[in-house]
Amino acid sequence: MTTRLPHKFGPYGGQFVPETLMPALDELEAAYVAARQDPAFQAELEGLLRTYVGRPTPLTHARRLSEHLGGAQIYLKREDLAHTGAHKINNALGQGLLVKRMGKRRIVAETGAGQHGVASATVAALLGLECVVYMGTVDIARQQPNVFRMRLLGAEVRPVDSGSQTLKDAINEAIRDWVTNVQTTHYLLGSALGPHPYPTMVRDFQSVIGREARAQVQAQAGQLPDLCIACVGGGSNAIGLFHPFLDDDGVELIGVEAGGAGVETGRHAARFGDPGRGRLGVIHGTRTFVLQTDDGQIADTHSVSAGLDYAAVGPEHAQLRDLERAYYTSATDQEALAALQLLCRTEGIIPALESAHAVAEAVKRAPQLRPDQVIVINVSGRGDKDLNTIIGELGEKA
Amino acid sequence: MTRLANAFDRRPTFMPYYPLGFPTPALSVDVIEALARNGADLIEVGLPFSDPLADGPVIQRATQIALQQGLTVAKALQAVAELRARGVTTPLVLMGYFNPLLAYGLERLARKAAEAGADGFIVPDLPPEEAAEFEAAIAPLPQIRMVAPTTPDERLAAVLSEARGFVYMVSLTGVTGARTALAEGLAEFVGRVRAHTALPVCVGFGIGTPEQAQAVGALADGVIVGSACVRAIGESADPVRTAADFARAFKAALA
Repeated sequence: MTTRLPHKFGPYGGQFVPETLMPALDELEAAYVAARQDPAFQAELEGLLRTYVGRPTPLTHARRLSEHLGGAQIYLKREDLAHTGAHKINNALGQGLLVKRMGKRRIVAETGAGQHGVASATVAALLGLECVVYMGTVDIARQQPNVFRMRLLGAEVRPVDSGSQTLKDAINEAIRDWVTNVQTTHYLLGSALGPHPYPTMVRDFQSVIGREARAQVQAQAGQLPDLCIACVGGGSNAIGLFHPFLDDDGVELIGVEAGGAGVETGRHAARFGDPGRGRLGVIHGTRTFVLQTDDGQIADTHSVSAGLDYAAVGPEHAQLRDLERAYYTSATDQEALAALQLLCRTEGIIPALESAHAVAEAVKRAPQLRPDQVIVINVSGRGDKDLNTIIGELGEKA
Repeated sequence: MTRLANAFDRRPTFMPYYPLGFPTPALSVDVIEALARNGADLIEVGLPFSDPLADGPVIQRATQIALQQGLTVAKALQAVAELRARGVTTPLVLMGYFNPLLAYGLERLARKAAEAGADGFIVPDLPPEEAAEFEAAIAPLPQIRMVAPTTPDERLAAVLSEARGFVYMVSLTGVTGARTALAEGLAEFVGRVRAHTALPVCVGFGIGTPEQAQAVGALADGVIVGSACVRAIGESADPVRTAADFARAFKAALA
């Protein structure tokens, strides 16, 4: 029962899974520790990130948005330009290469917005792996284009109609599949969530975002940013952006949760923003802040963005919040939709609804800053997948 | 602990699982009483959770109904007290996922569970690495440790070194639910487990018929039957009578 990496983030994290999976987590951790020390693995990953994913993704100076808001200079980290249209590919590719190394042939994945499912299906095709993606039926209805993409890429999409029929239920089903087929199957978890080593491993694979952004902003703006802003569902794009800035004391880090219809309505996914229901708990293998009822049942969540519509937050975010190294706020559905439209019209960029939550926070913060100050927003994905939802929400106004 | 130890006086023991609150809180108490009075040597009393990731469809469905019926940890402990008040002396081990127990409060849980007459806990998402706080809080009640076919020998030694009560041996890699055939290599697996513990070894997951129970009973000290029990009783127009028939049939097969 030795673990080779710290398996907790302060009081958060851990491995709260059935015994059947504990040896698989051990095996995964051992494989990951070996891989990250192996120059050949790192070279293969870096090569594919460059020639297949299209990294480094650009850092775009959003001049018209900055001017419109009348404060800080805003820079956009363009994960929307990564292959498959979101940051999810960074982690899927890293884990996919690890799966090959472990000699497994089959992956299962969960997906909410569909971006991680598409990234998993893509990597499975690239590496010749069998791929099954679990997706809630509510999410299937609102993310049809991604369902077709996954099937086109050769993955099997299995609808999940238990519970709230969204991301958490898809994770339940993916874990049930994994428990059943653990000897042959890897669970390609898509966020910095779940049992150790996933939160650490996913963070490491996503930290390429922050490493690039940190170098790019210094080259382009001549300084480190004053603020880094990212949306937080499970929190993988946020932790990927934040992590390389943790030692830069002057850089404020802000995570934006889904405020849904408004935190006061109870219809949201703001784990940190609702002290009544967002409490320390255990779900999907990890101890963290979880939206739950008084009786410890996991609460139903709401967000216009499927990718943020989840009751728990990655454990490292809970620790960063305790340490006051990162701050967490929320944006409502309406604020995100307004920010999405603003970014479309000022910069010609359609962000994912998830990423629009980060833009919404920048809309609030930029006017309070001076023009010589700098904000980096992680545009974690592109919004094409959300057109149906956006049309439904905005109708003629769009 | 005495009640729990006594359950293994005559082996193999019959250990059905049944969730409180299904199909209604009142009927579930009657069902558990009927199981106890008709041959169950130990009963795993299920507590519902919104996200039962180790359970197959039958128990998922039953426990979702229990949740809709408003079954909470507090009400479950009242139900255990009610069973004791009715004179049920069969060991009752509470089986539920960790978060509702954590939300209820571990110190309060320990006190109320002991007062109610519960005999231990099975928490499928709380492996030994994470269990120290829970096991300290609920002592002297035991947490029953689980082992799986994937558990390697060196890990068996670590998991079982501090095990108490009995060992819950998950017969297969998968979720709960009856299967048409027993898992392969069961005898070898029981042997591997016995090499690391003197506690009774009880086998669960995938056992659905009296014939399967008999085969497992020839190897193990206890036979755990969950989904088949829940399904039979759930489909019945007379759940209490079905529970009695179910328990008698399995007990006879193990006699």
